[in-house]
Amino acid sequence: MALDRKIAYINLTTGDIEIKPIPMEVRKKFLGGRGLDAYLLYNHTKKGCDPLGPDNALIISGGILCATLASATARTHVMAKSPLTGLLGSCNMGGFFAPEMAWAGFHHLVIKGKAKKPSYIYINNGNIEIRDAANIWGKTVTDTQWAIHDELNDKEVKSLVIGPAGENLVAFANVMTGVKNAGGRTGMGAVMGSKNLKAVSCRGTMDVKIAHPVEALEYNKKFIEQITGAKVSQTQGTLGTPFIWGATNSWGGVRTENFRYNQLEYADDIEPERIDEIATETMGPYHMAGCFGCQVHCRAQYKIPSGKYKGKYDEGPEYTSQGAFGAEVGCRSAETVLAGNHLVDQFGMDNLETGSIISWAMECFEEGLITKDQTDGIDLRFGNDEAVLEMIERICYRKGWLGDVLAKGGIPASKDIGKNSFDYLIQVKGMNNLHSDERATPALALNIATSSRGSDHLRSRPAIDLYHLPEKVLRKIYSTPVPYDGPLSSEHTEYVGKPWQVFWQENCYMAVDSLGICKYHTTFLGATLPNFENWPKVLYLNTGIEMTPEEIWQVARRNNMIERMFNLREGATRNDPEKGDVLNHRYHDEPCKRGAIDVIGRYIIKEKFDKMVDEFYEHKGLDKNGIPKKSTLKELGLENEPSHLL
Amino acid sequence: MQSNSKVLLINHEKCTGCRLCEQVCAVRHHGASNPSRSRIRVMKWEMEGLYVPVSCQQCQDAPCLNGCPVSAISRNEALNRVEVDYDLCIGCRTCVSVCPFGAMHYNAIDRQVAKCDLCEGDPQCVRFCDVKAIEYTDGGDVSIEKKRAAALRLSTVKKQAMALEQHTA
Repeated sequence: MALDRKIAYINLTTGDIEIKPIPMEVRKKFLGGRGLDAYLLYNHTKKGCDPLGPDNALIISGGILCATLASATARTHVMAKSPLTGLLGSCNMGGFFAPEMAWAGFHHLVIKGKAKKPSYIYINNGNIEIRDAANIWGKTVTDTQWAIHDELNDKEVKSLVIGPAGENLVAFANVMTGVKNAGGRTGMGAVMGSKNLKAVSCRGTMDVKIAHPVEALEYNKKFIEQITGAKVSQTQGTLGTPFIWGATNSWGGVRTENFRYNQLEYADDIEPERIDEIATETMGPYHMAGCFGCQVHCRAQYKIPSGKYKGKYDEGPEYTSQGAFGAEVGCRSAETVLAGNHLVDQFGMDNLETGSIISWAMECFEEGLITKDQTDGIDLRFGNDEAVLEMIERICYRKGWLGDVLAKGGIPASKDIGKNSFDYLIQVKGMNNLHSDERATPALALNIATSSRGSDHLRSRPAIDLYHLPEKVLRKIYSTPVPYDGPLSSEHTEYVGKPWQVFWQENCYMAVDSLGICKYHTTFLGATLPNFENWPKVLYLNTGIEMTPEEIWQVARRNNMIERMFNLREGATRNDPEKGDVLNHRYHDEPCKRGAIDVIGRYIIKEKFDKMVDEFYEHKGLDKNGIPKKSTLKELGLENEPSHLL
Repeated sequence: MQSNSKVLLINHEKCTGCRLCEQVCAVRHHGASNPSRSRIRVMKWEMEGLYVPVSCQQCQDAPCLNGCPVSAISRNEALNRVEVDYDLCIGCRTCVSVCPFGAMHYNAIDRQVAKCDLCEGDPQCVRFCDVKAIEYTDGGDVSIEKKRAAALRLSTVKKQAMALEQHTA
């Protein structure tokens, strides 16, 4: 049964391991995955704890539906206090790790302390062992995994690992599994590195019993058909996420040369069709790969076609790499995008943050805030492909003054670089924005400003806002499972109704992250994909738990509230430029220079933006300062946190 | 009973490596998600992007059937499959050791051998494989698509040769 999967508390300082069941009361309150992780983080860390110290809790989990028949129940979630932001650290990835952890008996791991020497954790059918990692320390992401296969003499072992970036405590180092499945953003890899923990490896042959197997099999078929029947899923399955880049760049929603422009012109070589062509040439016509149990298969396989890294195999690139090593840094070469993607995958560092911070350094360099002495002679101008690849390596290994400074993350780096470099940094709460430009889309701007882990598109982005759907369709989506009769607008440049959409999406994404399903299987990119109405049945058939759509909605609200409470405890306030729910001033001061007719000249009007934040807070049950009202905490059953249920 | 010539046809090039076939196989037969119970397994070479589903080929001259010391394995013509009679099986795993594909599986949980039974004519792996890397098709047709592809290659080469001749002439 999914519900008999356990939680393990592992102390790397003492070697103590404690295993506990997860009570039904906790399940119904938080489900699992990211939601329960947030509860655990709030309960197992103290205010002001050092993100890279032994007291930080590194929490690894699968969702409550992990490994069950609910389509793409592959997601692994990792949470800790972030070394990049000093606030909530959280990442979510696909692949095959979380299901293997479930077959090995666990849904949640809480790892504290610091191992005396490089170590890794091996979990096999309920047994947990801390092993010596002397022979694998220093290895890249994939080499680490294959070395573990060799050492354990078992190729079925699935590992969650860090690469050299995590070992070197790069503030935006990833946890990784497989060739490119990346737990990115907020530097969870650095937290692992700080604990001297190179990997967590799992192998399991324990049944995850399905509560109603015959019905679950039948319902899953329908569920999958609903997902694969959507045009957007079919496009994803052919071109992968690069199709999003192509679409957004065409109308002017791609951050270019840090924040100078909102569209990369003459970008034929990195358009999705070109990337697909390279994948086809190097890997054949069937080059798409899928995560566990997923029929969307959005991950392309490719070999780098030319240049220094010619012939290297990798997967992706995601659209974020086209942004990170393409538009943001002003480069137009597929080779650079694919090589950059390969390097960050092997080093285990966040492609979004890496590309974004390099592009920021480039703008600082061109503006004279970084000198050629500081770059060790590198001509760090936009469009210098070689410099981009060189900087990726320098950041990973903290080479040179600038490599070391950028590895600390945006805000600390802006203090080292000084002058007005902070003004150029496109970040929220200390985390840089992905490559998207939200100046023409107030809903998306509100999303990045209020996201719990900093500037991020995966916590509350109403992406369907860009489709200009008829109001009737929007109303149908956004008034289930709870009624909403306020305004809604089909126009993506509008401000009205957007706070509710962001609030609704925030709960939708928290629900999938807690269930353990992929976002591509819900109302993210496709308006017809499953959401609250479909999940109760999936949950019931697989686990036997009976919950209504409204109850799942409440769980999502509760889990989101704990994330906010964590940030507030760590000192976040509404208007703090480094920790608050605010945008870089350039969103308000610099209009879009390129793009479609309704995009050119757009910027985020500060007064209207502030009103959106007010309204968003109201929907969430917060006061004007973004602090939860007593009545909200009572309604969500969070008035006595930390409550130490687990 | 009418005999059946349908076979499981695996085209590994199409496989995305998602392993849903393993999952639905285990749930169909055991009510549990657990790849170690699945009769079909996807073998992977991750750095080459190579994923190959492996399952029973229901061989005509089946080594497992021939090797079984207690004649627990027989051929079911109606379903065109090789099947195990668990009332006779003594669990010696001779079939596991002689299967050239490793498709005769030993389930260590129940301590029992297990193999693909084609889900009584409705293989779930086929039903759920959206990219059609696994198909359930008439035995007479298994090579027709390969013939077509080979013919195309041949004719292309011929055309190229002719063009070259004209060019050099």
